[in-house]
Amino acid sequence: MQGETSVPKSDSPSLSIVMEDRKATRANPAKASAEKLNFWYGSNHALKNINLTIPEHQVSALIGPSGCGKSTFLRCFNRMHDLQPDTKYEGAITLRPDNVNLVGPETDPIEVRMRIGMVFQKPNPFPKSVFENVAYGLRLRGINGRTELAERVESALRGAAIWDEVKDRLNDSALALSGGQMQRVCIARALATEPEILLFDEPTSALDPIATAKIEELITELRQTVTVLIVTHNMQQAARVSDFTAFMYLGELVEVDATSKIFTNPAKKATEDYITGRYG
Amino acid sequence: MAATAHMTLEELRQGLAWRKQLDKVFIVIGLALLFGCLAILAILFFDLVRDGSARFGWDFFTSFPSRKAENAGILSAAVGTMLIMVVTSLVALPVGVAAAIYLEEYAPKNWFTGIIEINVTNLAGVPSIVYGLLALGLFVYQFHLGQSILTAGLTLALLILPIIIVATRESLRAVPKAIREAAYGLGATRWEVTKDHVLPYSTGGILTGLILGLSRAIGETAPIITIGALSFIAFLPPSPVTGQFPFLNFEWLMSGFTAMPIQMFNWVSRPDQAFQANAAAAGAILLGMTLAMNAVAIWIRYRFRKKINW
Repeated sequence: MQGETSVPKSDSPSLSIVMEDRKATRANPAKASAEKLNFWYGSNHALKNINLTIPEHQVSALIGPSGCGKSTFLRCFNRMHDLQPDTKYEGAITLRPDNVNLVGPETDPIEVRMRIGMVFQKPNPFPKSVFENVAYGLRLRGINGRTELAERVESALRGAAIWDEVKDRLNDSALALSGGQMQRVCIARALATEPEILLFDEPTSALDPIATAKIEELITELRQTVTVLIVTHNMQQAARVSDFTAFMYLGELVEVDATSKIFTNPAKKATEDYITGRYG
Repeated sequence: MAATAHMTLEELRQGLAWRKQLDKVFIVIGLALLFGCLAILAILFFDLVRDGSARFGWDFFTSFPSRKAENAGILSAAVGTMLIMVVTSLVALPVGVAAAIYLEEYAPKNWFTGIIEINVTNLAGVPSIVYGLLALGLFVYQFHLGQSILTAGLTLALLILPIIIVATRESLRAVPKAIREAAYGLGATRWEVTKDHVLPYSTGGILTGLILGLSRAIGETAPIITIGALSFIAFLPPSPVTGQFPFLNFEWLMSGFTAMPIQMFNWVSRPDQAFQANAAAAGAILLGMTLAMNAVAIWIRYRFRKKINW
């Protein structure tokens, strides 16, 4: 994140309101960085030479038109592509401070997924109780003590701002919750194992505006405990929740900068065309 | 006034009325065919019940076969059928589910697994007597398992294995990708995803497949005649449960046996009219057992659908 602050130009009133309490303008130390990352689905070269630094304890957003590779890029961070046959990574995503290459063939994808959490596009709770949903990641790590599980489940649910709504129905099926509640349970499930980076893949695209607002508020708060990388289709959402925004197009990273800069004074013509709605 | 560019509103309504008539015609044809099929089943069932009505009674269930029609019962046949079904389930369920899990979750998609998949489906269409011949050669002559309940159970297990594999694969496949991804995303291994999620969420479909398989197996006659079921058995196999430690006893596995369809076949082939009533009564009971099993399958499916609704 080499971008220096620029004062938001006020010719864009809706965005300047959004950004009045704009937080980060200067990048924290890097939590992860993609270096010359390339990715192929079979012979389809989906990501081309991506270089991007994800600053620690900040929210980075990936925006771009459908099919530009933003979800593909996100899914490299927890090796989700390894579940499909015939995919290939090249280059590196280096996780700091221990400098593990997340996409390196020597790195176990399961180990990566234990360190990097993910929240998906559609709420996907397991058809189990709320408690068991959140406890599952802990159980995988061999944590089975009742009190420890209960404590950590509670703190994850609090962290996902859903504790008050579900504390009396921890043993009810998570499928009985509303869409927005399910998604926050999924966030709690990912938070419970204290991931180093939390990935969000268009987390509100299946939710109504009120549930969306809650999730967005939550994401801005999560920054204090975890590094966030979010893919979003909705530019206003990127403007509202993120500190840094990267614009991707046709599998390439076009531009990355402080969110306030990207949305007011983008350096590249393509970025400007996209955020002003000329395509995408 | 023209409703569209080409038609008046009047013409449009006439055309629509005609098309709705066609819709109704189809409903009538469909209902007629449906009730026709159901009626045949119902007539068959009530005919059996009527013919066998004289024989229904406690004695019929608690008597061994006899040379006298009025003394003959289905005790040994019913017990034999139940024990065979136990063996069949215990063998076919784990093998079938394991095969399905491997094919669905683990096997790489290549020409070899493609051939296996096609052949599993084909196996469901192999005539049952062929399984009987296979079992005679393999279990009876090769493994020396004898003309026993074990052999019969294994044979019928082979017969319903494809049904269970296909049903299991379908219900594994019905588990959404999003659920698997959620579990993988938390760092689960493939086996953990399978045992903690995919398999439990497919239980309804798997049990339904098992029961549908068993309700096919319960009526199979040809393969167990081929392996040498006896048709006149006036004893029960040794009890599987005993009063002494270890409370289980496996001698019954090697016991000779008869089964419901065999008993029916035996009675039907006798010249004495009185035995026809026995056959009808046994048939009604066998049909009742099959319908009851199907009802259980429907109930299980309903229960799981209600609990897990993707």
